[in-house]
Amino acid sequence: MATAIASPGFSQASFDAFLAARNEPSWLTDLRLKAWSSFLELPMPSTHDEEWMRTDIRLFKLDRFELPEPTGAISPQDIELPNALLAAGVDLAGHAVAMNSHSVASELAPRWARQGVLFGSLAKLVREHGELLRPFFERHVVDPFKDKFSALNAACWSGGTLLYVPKGVAIEEPLHSLSAMAPRGVDLGKTLVILETGAEATFLSETASTSAEGSGLHCGSIELILEPAARLRYVSLQNWGQEAWHFAHQKAHVAREASLQWTIGALGARLAKVNQHVALTGPDAEAQVNGVMFTEGRQHLSYNTHQHHQAPYCKSDLLYKTALQDHSRTVWRGMIRVEREAQRTDAYQRNDNLMLSRHARADSIPGLEIEADDVRCTHGSTSGRVDDHQLFYAMTRGYTRREAVRMIVAGFFQQVFDRITIESVREALGEAIGRRVSDIQETVVA
Amino acid sequence: MLETLKITNLHVAVEGKPILNGVNLTIRRGEVHALMGPNGSGKSTLAGVIMGHPSYDVSEGTIELNGDNILEWDASERARAGIFMAFQRPMAIPGVKMADFLRHATTNVRNPNRKEGEQLIPMREFRKELREKMAQLKMDEEFARRYVNDGFSGGEMKRAEILQLAMLLPKFAILDETDSGLDVDAVKLASQSIAEIGGAEMGILIITHHDRLLEHNVPDFTHVMLGGRIVETGGVELARELYTEGYEKVRERHPEDAAVEKEMSSTGKTLAAGVA
Repeated sequence: MATAIASPGFSQASFDAFLAARNEPSWLTDLRLKAWSSFLELPMPSTHDEEWMRTDIRLFKLDRFELPEPTGAISPQDIELPNALLAAGVDLAGHAVAMNSHSVASELAPRWARQGVLFGSLAKLVREHGELLRPFFERHVVDPFKDKFSALNAACWSGGTLLYVPKGVAIEEPLHSLSAMAPRGVDLGKTLVILETGAEATFLSETASTSAEGSGLHCGSIELILEPAARLRYVSLQNWGQEAWHFAHQKAHVAREASLQWTIGALGARLAKVNQHVALTGPDAEAQVNGVMFTEGRQHLSYNTHQHHQAPYCKSDLLYKTALQDHSRTVWRGMIRVEREAQRTDAYQRNDNLMLSRHARADSIPGLEIEADDVRCTHGSTSGRVDDHQLFYAMTRGYTRREAVRMIVAGFFQQVFDRITIESVREALGEAIGRRVSDIQETVVA
Repeated sequence: MLETLKITNLHVAVEGKPILNGVNLTIRRGEVHALMGPNGSGKSTLAGVIMGHPSYDVSEGTIELNGDNILEWDASERARAGIFMAFQRPMAIPGVKMADFLRHATTNVRNPNRKEGEQLIPMREFRKELREKMAQLKMDEEFARRYVNDGFSGGEMKRAEILQLAMLLPKFAILDETDSGLDVDAVKLASQSIAEIGGAEMGILIITHHDRLLEHNVPDFTHVMLGGRIVETGGVELARELYTEGYEKVRERHPEDAAVEKEMSSTGKTLAAGVA
């Protein structure tokens, strides 16, 4: 008789082994231990929680996955990486690759390394520059105790990517990172970006699966720290295979006079639940948030966005655009929160959805919480369809049906593309979306 | 051979309701035809069915382009074969610039066998031609950078339709109330423009309530539609008579078709009442 071998999953024993093999500074081990006990205590979120009401994860079984192997020196020659979309034809200042939570390769142009820039595997760099990085870890930009997934990432993050730019250094070329995942793989990446006072950088990060099929788990975090007058353009493209689970906590701290342009692209995953949070912590800070999403099949993407105005004279501007085809579904819950001291806030949020199928569904739930009395806060959301009349009109001009649909979808995204100042990103997103648009026969019957 | 668009005994229903009851019409390249008739007589339906609108059901009859029955062709194939319609109410396509829209359209119509993804007309060459055509139509260059019909005034939309006509240079053009919503000067400009962009080379079907558009595009034939049929055909003098005297005399001369018209409009009302 065959005996089933129990998966070690995320057991105490596997965590102990994971920790023992890491050789990290003791303050970091302490952080991990605290987060681990929180992970054990916290329940799996359910549709009884307000934030998860529209996102049912009962089919997600954590014990089908395992902690990353403690050691994992993978050579880039041994694996077949998915194509990177964002860096095509771009001169890069640095480049990092990770696979299943392990750093595979990273490089940084010597001219930037000489100026004190750090870029590459967070796991490696935190061992080498622990004291420099410690205060940023201990700031808990992403709250490790927020929910089971944030606790899991804080306890068990592995691999990961760090970009540290010292005071006053402006990196001209973009940096790029690719995090890949193989079928049944686990990505517990943590991205930490620190721009010291007056520093500038552009960072293009993307995730992708090595094959379209095969499950996978991403439980990640992104922390962006902009010290006064820093300028960051950050792009994150989620392009996992269609069976991957994606749980992510992402947050930026934008200090006085700093400016962040944050563009999110979401194309992949079976189910994604993302908390994207921007905190404007000092006067005259600015954040522009752009979201480009395209869903198909039975994908479910759920985004909770939060624009948190903690200081006066700050500006935040969020635009999420989503096109949905087949039976896919999206949820956007947006919150603008303005604290009492954040007078003269200028905040905007908008979510537009384009339905390419009668069976798709998009929920848009904007929200405002305003304690200050001298502010300008506006929000809006729209949902529309590609209708027969538009298609017919384009076809009478010689467009094939499919060309017409693609054109209408491209037009829908143009408004958000106009805001993205990085050409390679606009092109990559535009092309990826164009390739996915199939016909929309179903709507035409209506 | 002179190219022809020939409609024979065309019967069309929309949502089960008959709209066209046996239309016969032959247009040769180089001819101008005016199609007039009271509201609801089926003029716009005829235009839409020639262009291949998917919601019209043809139960009987044929539409032939140079002898080929085109009823099975979709709108894109008809456009590539040289049929064009200027819409009464053009659709907006937000986010798509007029110039980009037209570059793709012009490429497809000029290379009817182009496969998706193949090269478009080179940008430089296309821009030059577009600029020339816009100058000819006295249109501001800024127009090309605006999104297709998005936020256009009624007049701007109609002029944008004529610009498309000028770029696509079809063999046969249907102008569905291109003059409605335009002031006198705009109609004059529009009708001159159509003549100037090579209207003489086309077969044109002008659907109109007025005779102003016909001033610079003098019809060789005027057709009157009533109750879903063309009941009279004459010369330009018929258009003028209808414009000044209305359709009462036509109804008197064709009592059977007038009865059909009455019935069609009352079922229309019943349907509308049912919906309300």
